[in-house]
This record gives sequence, structure tokens and C-alpha cells, in this order.
Amino acid sequence: MSNITPQEIKEEFFKSKIGIAGISILVILIFTSITVVVVTPVDTFKEWNDPVKWIAYPKVAIPVWINLFLSEKIPEHRILDTPNINYEISRDISVTSHQFGVNFDYDDFPNDFIYEFSAKYSGTPLLQIDVIRPDGIQLRLLSSSMPYSNSNSIHSERIFSTDDIIKKNLNLQSNKFLFSSSNLSSEDIIFSKTEKHEPLKGNYVFLIKMYNSNSENQIPESRLIIGGKAFGVMGTDELRRDLAVGLLWGTPLALFIGLVVAIASVLMGLLYGVYAGYRGKKTDEAMMRFNDVIYALPALPFLIILSVTISNSIFVMVGFLMLFGWVGIAKVARSMSLQIKIRGYVEAAKMMGQKDSKIVFRHILPQLLPYAFASIAISVPAAITTEAGLSFLGLGDPSFPTWGQILHDANTYGASARGLWWWIMPPGIMIAITGLAFVFIGNALDSIVNPKLKR
Amino acid sequence: MTLKRYVATRLITMFGVLMITLLITIALVGSNMDNILKQGVVFQVRSEITENPAIAESFSSVNEFESFVQSQIDQRIKTLGLYEPWYSPQRIGFTMYKILFLDFGHATFLTSDSGSSDVKEIILEKLPRTVLLFTTATIIISVIGIFLGALSGSKAGSVIDRITSSFAIISSSFPVWWIGMLMIFVFSFVYQIFPARATPLIPSSDPNYIISLLYHMTLPLITIVMIGFGSWAYLVRNFIVGIMQEDFIIAKKTMGVNQKKIVYTHALKNAAPPIVTILALSLSGSLGGAIITEAVFDWPGMGRLYFEAITVMDLPVIIGATYILTVFFLISIFVADLLYGYFDPRVRTE
Repeated sequence: MSNITPQEIKEEFFKSKIGIAGISILVILIFTSITVVVVTPVDTFKEWNDPVKWIAYPKVAIPVWINLFLSEKIPEHRILDTPNINYEISRDISVTSHQFGVNFDYDDFPNDFIYEFSAKYSGTPLLQIDVIRPDGIQLRLLSSSMPYSNSNSIHSERIFSTDDIIKKNLNLQSNKFLFSSSNLSSEDIIFSKTEKHEPLKGNYVFLIKMYNSNSENQIPESRLIIGGKAFGVMGTDELRRDLAVGLLWGTPLALFIGLVVAIASVLMGLLYGVYAGYRGKKTDEAMMRFNDVIYALPALPFLIILSVTISNSIFVMVGFLMLFGWVGIAKVARSMSLQIKIRGYVEAAKMMGQKDSKIVFRHILPQLLPYAFASIAISVPAAITTEAGLSFLGLGDPSFPTWGQILHDANTYGASARGLWWWIMPPGIMIAITGLAFVFIGNALDSIVNPKLKR
Repeated sequence: MTLKRYVATRLITMFGVLMITLLITIALVGSNMDNILKQGVVFQVRSEITENPAIAESFSSVNEFESFVQSQIDQRIKTLGLYEPWYSPQRIGFTMYKILFLDFGHATFLTSDSGSSDVKEIILEKLPRTVLLFTTATIIISVIGIFLGALSGSKAGSVIDRITSSFAIISSSFPVWWIGMLMIFVFSFVYQIFPARATPLIPSSDPNYIISLLYHMTLPLITIVMIGFGSWAYLVRNFIVGIMQEDFIIAKKTMGVNQKKIVYTHALKNAAPPIVTILALSLSGSLGGAIITEAVFDWPGMGRLYFEAITVMDLPVIIGATYILTVFFLISIFVADLLYGYFDPRVRTE
């Protein structure tokens, strides 16, 4: 152990390339975390396990940017909720029309489409849905009256592409197509070329009209979902969740777990070890025996039993991780304090009658700080991977979307054997990047504290 | 301190640790265990009575019948000693005594492949498979690690050294089980070379079972070795770098002794104590630390047994497996300590 001032450590640290690399990754991660926590409402991570929130999203959709590398473009999942709204009254009839424009430029048919709306009306309005295709053909999908209501009430409904009425209407117009369309699903007909069963590229317009005999006639909520196989920057999982949301929320959670566990266990270990070493004799012996006991406990089986029997809350888990984290550091801190306490200035301080606590905090602990920082940095990845491992086994806190949790879900749904790489790769890469940032910092600090390794 | 006393104190500490571990395990699962045992008694009594309709017919009212059943249950609980809470000294003592001599009782849900529900038999069936996979992996890892570490440590700062060090740092931050998922993705989805599930489909009595097991073992083995050897090499490298700066090595160098000879005989010999210690620890760690990896690859060993026992809360299996894992861990710590003392005489004379 050498006596290096903090100033020197700082200078040395910023000279080392991997130290700077580690710090920059960490700054990016912290920045991401702060952005996530500040920008998105805190409630969003609670919605992670709420299936209702994700109902409009596609199942296991590949990330959209994959289309950049493919010659055959995969249809993107579109959620359209800003229609062009028109409202007309002519004589006794009022017409509300919503128009959705879709630029369909893919080499495969969409999975399905859903029109979700809630209308405010009285009487029995007529609802019509038409599609105007790029080649000018207009297909009538639906023309039906809505349930009668005598007062002004709100009616919500979802119209699916699989509805029989749509298929029936399309069958009536099958003479526009040169191939037999009887066995095809409705989206396969609507988005097909007329001469061959191939996707027709171009701008489609979905036209929704509601006719009513009186003027009170509105569609306050209107949303058209064109079901595709690609969605978002990170794709979605089996439960239709947007993986980008989970990955982003995972960052602050991982940093929280890693840093809290590392800092707390290093502090505990330092105090414990220094105290044992400083007091020496019987105290030292007893404390080190206890240390041996904890050291010999098999950590992972115990963590598993603890999380099953006591609680799997993320905060309790942090506590359990600390219980097993401080042991190694205590051993090193003890042997370091054994060396320091026989130095002249400590002896002198003792002779002057200073209190033990003061000697420990003023003279011994500061000497160990460089080592402490290095060990904090080195223990962070271990804490993160252990938590991820526990979550992966399904023993984590299910209410928080940690990276381990995402991988657990991926494994449950057999993502690797089904080839759903976008579900497996990003969480692991995030774990590794976060780990690497701290390992880099720790290594840079370590080679300053132990100059022997550097050469 | 003489060697005998050193060994004796270590042994006593180890035994104490073993007892404490057992105690903690029992304390954690005890109350659950109690409930399960009592439910078992109730179930047993009721099923015995329903099997024999003559007993039920001999009662005139439902209340009378119920009180008879209750008294039967109470009697059974009393004979089994369950009327005392699990934390009473007698029961804990008895449980620990039984466990100490490997009597774990019968599993609640899990069975071995041959159908036995005796916890000892289940564990004896799974343990060899874990040893086969993880101990093989650990040995391969340490051999590669030691040579690579010695090579890069003797040429600190060279290209090999930098590649080894950066590989070590990068590979250590990936969780093994995640790499396992990727390997399954690459080798059983993209290129269908290895099976995704590592459990052989044929029964263990089949003569081809061993071959099938070895084939299923390849993918997990490659994964574990790939992730493991980097940090080993890095560790050995750091020891060697330290030793290569010692005076006696520099003296050897100036005498003109062959560089290879210096590294592989003198330097490695001096680095042996910590290396042997770590080897002993990782060999035993390989037995228990494999829970997640075995779960990913579905390897039918101790780790998966443990995981399955946890998911269905099969307490006798949990206690048994924890005990066995702790025993192995303690033995290896003990062996590591002894070896350290053997290689480094300073420990004994201190």
C-alpha cells in the first residue's frame, strides 16, 4: 500500500484510457437513468405488468430498423390515432368522417387490423368503413347500424379484421380480384394486387363515416391499428410489451442495485475489518471467526432460500446482497489496518491519548480510501449480475422491469430456441456494458493503488 | 502453531460453520416445513379412513365422526413429536442429527429418474452429472488459464498480454447464463448442431445414454469454458507479473537462464499457493454456483434439482442439497487452506 494523495489519483486516473472509457460509459448510463426517471411518469414501470396497456402492441415484433438491412421489407406495426376529422350537416343528416392514411411499403401482408373507437351519439347511427387503395379501387368493409340509444350515450367498440361481417363484405366484392379470395383473410385481400396475390405497395386510406339523423354525433376516440411484424426501436415480447421501455427502466434499477450494494458492503467491510485489525487480540480473533462463517456460507443457495421464504422485494434483495458482499473486503481491510496501526504516527496518536474512534476515522480509514473506491467499482458488476441471475431464475421482484426479469421472461417463452434475438441480446448487452463501465473504472483505480500490476 | 493444531482449529471452525449453516437453513424453512408435515398427517389420516368405509359407517352423526378424525390426527401428531413447535430444541436437535448423517427423509414432490423419492438417492443421482459437466469445465478452464496467464504475464505489455487482459475483463462482465442463451440461439436455432435442451431424451438405463449425455454436454461445456478461462488467465497473469519483478527472477535473468524455464518452473512455482487455493475453491464452487447455468441448459444436475426444489418448495430436497453443497464448499476451503500452508510455510510459522 502506498501513500497517494487524492490529487495524484485523479491525475493518474485521467491519464489511463480505460479509466476514461469507464467514466464515459457511466456518465451516459447515469444520463439515461436521469432522463428516464425525470421524463417518463413514474407510473409507467408499474404498467409493465399490466396487459391492458400493451393490448394495441404486436406480439414478438422484430425491431423496425431491421428493415434497413433486408431486401424484403417486413410490415411495420402501425398505431394510428390522429385521423383527419370532417364534420358535415346536410339537411337532416350529419356525417362525421375520420380518415387514416397509411403508406404501405412492405413485401408482406400485415397480420391484421383493428379499428378501436368510442362514439357519442343518440339514435341509431350508421357506421361505414371503406378502404381506398393506391390503385383507386374502393372496398367497402363494413356498413352497419350501431346499437340504439335514446339518450346521448357513449359506445365503445373494437372492429377486428377477422370479423365475419368484413369477410362477407369482401366476398361480395371478390369480382374485383382475378384470383380466388374465398380462403384468404381480409387483410390479405385488402392489401393485395388485383391480378396476383401479392402485396400492393402505396398509400391506402381508411375512411370511417358515421351517419346520423340528428346532429349530436361524435367519435371522441378513434384509433386504427395495422398489425405488423415489426415495431419500435427494440421490438416487443410475447406479452406485447415494448422492450425499449423495459430496457430503459432497467438502467436506473441496475445502477441503483449495483451502487447501493457495492457502497454499503464496502463500507461495512471496511469498518468491520479496520476495527478488528485495530483492536487486535481476542476481538480480532472472534470477529474473524464470524467472518469465516459468513464466508463459508454458500451465497447463491442462501440468496435463493431467503428470497423465497422472506421476501422478493427489490429492496430486501439489496439487503441480502449486502449480507454476503462485505466479507472479502473485511479480510483485506483487516490486514491493511494491521500494517497501518504499527506505523509511527498511529502510535504517536495513541500515546497522546486520542480516542480509538478518532484514530480509526482520522488516521487509518483515510489510508484505505483508494482501495475502497477500487473495490466499490469492482463489486458493482457482481451485484448487478447476481440480481440479474436471481431475477432470471424467477426469484426477483416481478413489479420492476429489471434486465434479469426481461431475460427471465425470454427464457420462459423459449426465446432462444425460437430465434427471438431482439429479446435476448439487448438486456444482456446492457448488463455487460454497465458491468464493463465499473470494471474499467475499478481496473484503472487498481493499477494506481497497486502500481506493481501496471508494468 | 504446529501443523496439527492448525489443522485441528480449522476442522473445528469448519464443523461450526456447517452447523450454523444447517441451523440457518432450518430456521428459514422450518415453519413451512411444520405446516407441510402436519398437512401430510391430516391427509394420511383422512385417506386411511376413506379407504375403510366401515369406520365411517359406525358413527351416527357428522360431529362425532369429525371429532374421531381430529383425535386420530392429534394422536398421530403427538407420536411424531410434531406437537412441539419446530424451533423447540429437541426437534431442531433431532432434525440436525438426522441431516448430519445424510438422512434427509423423503421428497415432497420431486423424484429421481428411477422414481425414488428418497432425497439421498435423488442427490446421488444428480451429483455425478454436475461433477461431469462443471468439474470437467473447471479443469479445462484452469489448464488454459494457467498457461495463457503465464504466457501473458511473462510478456507484460505485449500484444498477447493485452488481448488476454481485455478478453478477461470483457468476458467477466457477461453473465454465463446469458451467453448460454446466445449459444442456444446460435447453435440450436441458427445452425442446428446441438440440442437446445441438455437433458438426453433416452432413459438412463440405455447403453447409449453416456454418449447421448456427452453430446448434450458439449454446448454447456463450451459456454462455461469460453466465459471462464479469461478471468483465470488474468488472475495468473497478475501473480506472474508480480513475481517476475522479484529479485531472484531478475537474478536468474541476468544469469542467462532460459526465459521459458524461468516462467514455467520458478515463477509458476512461486505463484502456486494462491493458484491452488483458487483452484480448490472454484472446483467446489463449480458444484453449487451452477444453478442458473443448469437452469438455462436444462442440464439434469444438482443446480437444476435445487432450482426445481425451490420452485415447488420441496423442503427436504432444499435442506439436503444445501447441506451437501455446504459440505463440499467447506471441504474445499479446508483443502485449500491446507495446501496453502503446505506451499507457503510462512502461514504455519506465523
